[in-house]
Amino acid sequence: MSTSFSPVVAGSALPSDAPAPATPKAIAQRGGEPNPTAAALQQRFPSAIHRVDVVWNETTVVVAGAQLFDIVRWLHDDPSQRYDYLSDVTAVEFRDTEQPIEVVWHLRSLPYRRFLRLKVKIERGAPLDVPSVWSIYRGADWLERECFDMFGIRFTGHPDLRRLLMWEQYKEGFPLRKDFPLRGRFSRSEQLRQALAANPEARYSKEELTIAQAFEDLPDDMRRRLGTGERTGE
Amino acid sequence: MATVKRTVEVELSTTGLDAAGRPQRVPLVVDDGGSPLALEAPPSAEPDLAGEHMLINIGPQHPATHGVLRLVLELDGETVVRCIPHIGYLHCGFEKIGEYRQYNQVIPWTDREDYLNSPGNNVAFALGAERLFGIEITERCKVLRVMAMELSRIMSHLVWLGTTCIDIGAFTPFLWSFDQREKIYKLLEDWIGARLTTSLTRVGGMGADIPDKWIEDLTAFVQSFPKTINEIDRVVTRNGIWVGRTIGLGVMTAEEAVNHGLSGPMVRASGVAYDVRKDFPYLDYETYDFDVPVGTNGDVYDRYLVRMEELRQSTRILEQAIRRLPDGPVNIADHRVILPPKSKATSDMESMIHHFKQVMEGPRPPIGEAYVAVESPKGEKGYYMVSDGTSKPVRWRIRPPSFVNLSAISKMVEGHLLSDVIAINASIDIVMGEIDR
Repeated sequence: MSTSFSPVVAGSALPSDAPAPATPKAIAQRGGEPNPTAAALQQRFPSAIHRVDVVWNETTVVVAGAQLFDIVRWLHDDPSQRYDYLSDVTAVEFRDTEQPIEVVWHLRSLPYRRFLRLKVKIERGAPLDVPSVWSIYRGADWLERECFDMFGIRFTGHPDLRRLLMWEQYKEGFPLRKDFPLRGRFSRSEQLRQALAANPEARYSKEELTIAQAFEDLPDDMRRRLGTGERTGE
Repeated sequence: MATVKRTVEVELSTTGLDAAGRPQRVPLVVDDGGSPLALEAPPSAEPDLAGEHMLINIGPQHPATHGVLRLVLELDGETVVRCIPHIGYLHCGFEKIGEYRQYNQVIPWTDREDYLNSPGNNVAFALGAERLFGIEITERCKVLRVMAMELSRIMSHLVWLGTTCIDIGAFTPFLWSFDQREKIYKLLEDWIGARLTTSLTRVGGMGADIPDKWIEDLTAFVQSFPKTINEIDRVVTRNGIWVGRTIGLGVMTAEEAVNHGLSGPMVRASGVAYDVRKDFPYLDYETYDFDVPVGTNGDVYDRYLVRMEELRQSTRILEQAIRRLPDGPVNIADHRVILPPKSKATSDMESMIHHFKQVMEGPRPPIGEAYVAVESPKGEKGYYMVSDGTSKPVRWRIRPPSFVNLSAISKMVEGHLLSDVIAINASIDIVMGEIDR
């Protein structure tokens, strides 16, 4: 253990006379003090900021999808912002089918103890593409994969955008979309039949089988299908 | 990421030779970042196995994966070259189901997600829903919720401690820690009637006030519990086998830990003093006197030390909560949100109406959204809820801390031995119910 160790402390960029963090009390539904980052963003990216909302004391900035990556990069790198922590990436689809799908990023600035919600609204009919922030935050890896898995939102620039919770051969669609029925697309008996008929070997990707040098040992038809990139199993 | 195609010589049985009798070549896509996959072994009389990589599959049914995690490991000898985690075996679609349930009906689902921390999840969900409804809860309720959260933190850390000790080869601490955990389950059973799936909270209050004499039982536990921590500390902390099997494994530096989004003991062991209770407080945690333990090296041993100290700090918070527990109502007075007492449901007209409206329709929050994060035993647990003004959320999102923590496992195990994978995986403190949801 080195004697010169000093921990990275959240709130370290705040002035020493800044008020200590406290449990928020009597929060108003609308209004309230927006996060100072919102004003800085409006100044820095005037054309990309569509809207700033403060709901229940949380600042939401709706931004243009095309510039999201630059905005997040600036928020992460700028010494007056330092949003170094990505809490969450998710999406929201409303029951009203006219409303756009929202992709939501929750960012934290640990040195300044700030919390910011970024949103990109994707109009109905537009391709579900948003930039990936994987190259800024490694933590976005699985969060973006899960969002793709559940909503079908493609994060362009993600190095390995595969299904995560559902299996890779899953073809029924995107479970958290509102047009996906709660019970799934198939009847219980059909789901059971598919599960029992699945080939356990299909749980390995071709890449993994190549490591194991087991690819050549597979049955002919399966090898052919894997070789052409098609997934076997369900 | 740039990738290059290299060619790997594959030893095949005679049936696997091609028409000309030469061994076939299988193209393998490997990372260009210096991965030791170049297999240009010189010809020699003895078979040279140095370059051959082996695929090992751990899980999903393996006791050391703490649930149904599946790790596909590429091994060079005994050293891990690459780790490909597979999750989703326990995926139940909690978030989807939540969109079809009223807010209070979602609370039982939170029990089942991180099932070692049910009271903490219940409190976290109620806090999120209350933010969405714009409710201020009573002082007594706040202190009771702090007790619930800290008890569940102790519970979860005890399970982690016991199972990790078993993974690494110590059986006795497992028995001691589960013995103490049983006492907390007894306390919860007295409080709410359930042990594992507590459903402790309601939007605007608690499912039940604590029974008589409960505080005495809790005090007895808080007084006796540090003895067990000290015993485990004495047996484990300086134990040569334990130290040898944990120090220097799975190191994450402070920058890496923050960049990977790690939270809880994982990020604190790497030397980052980030605790939601301190930095984004809730339930008046800023008025409690407790310390945030921080590690120096970010390895498995430091994560153990941080969790051990958190057990002590949680005991401190419990002591303070016992001292300050005020009298007064537990639930808020607004019966449009929380049910009036059951005894009035058949005798008082207005209570009956409230009962009917709430059970049939459910309380309706205004249009809006809220992200409320708490410090769960695993890290920053966030509930993000979006309301469109109906009694059911449009979107209920769980920010699972152990999901994000586990996503860094590929990086942590690289270059370590196969047996160390078990220790590193244990140190993340994963609960697959929470990861797969």
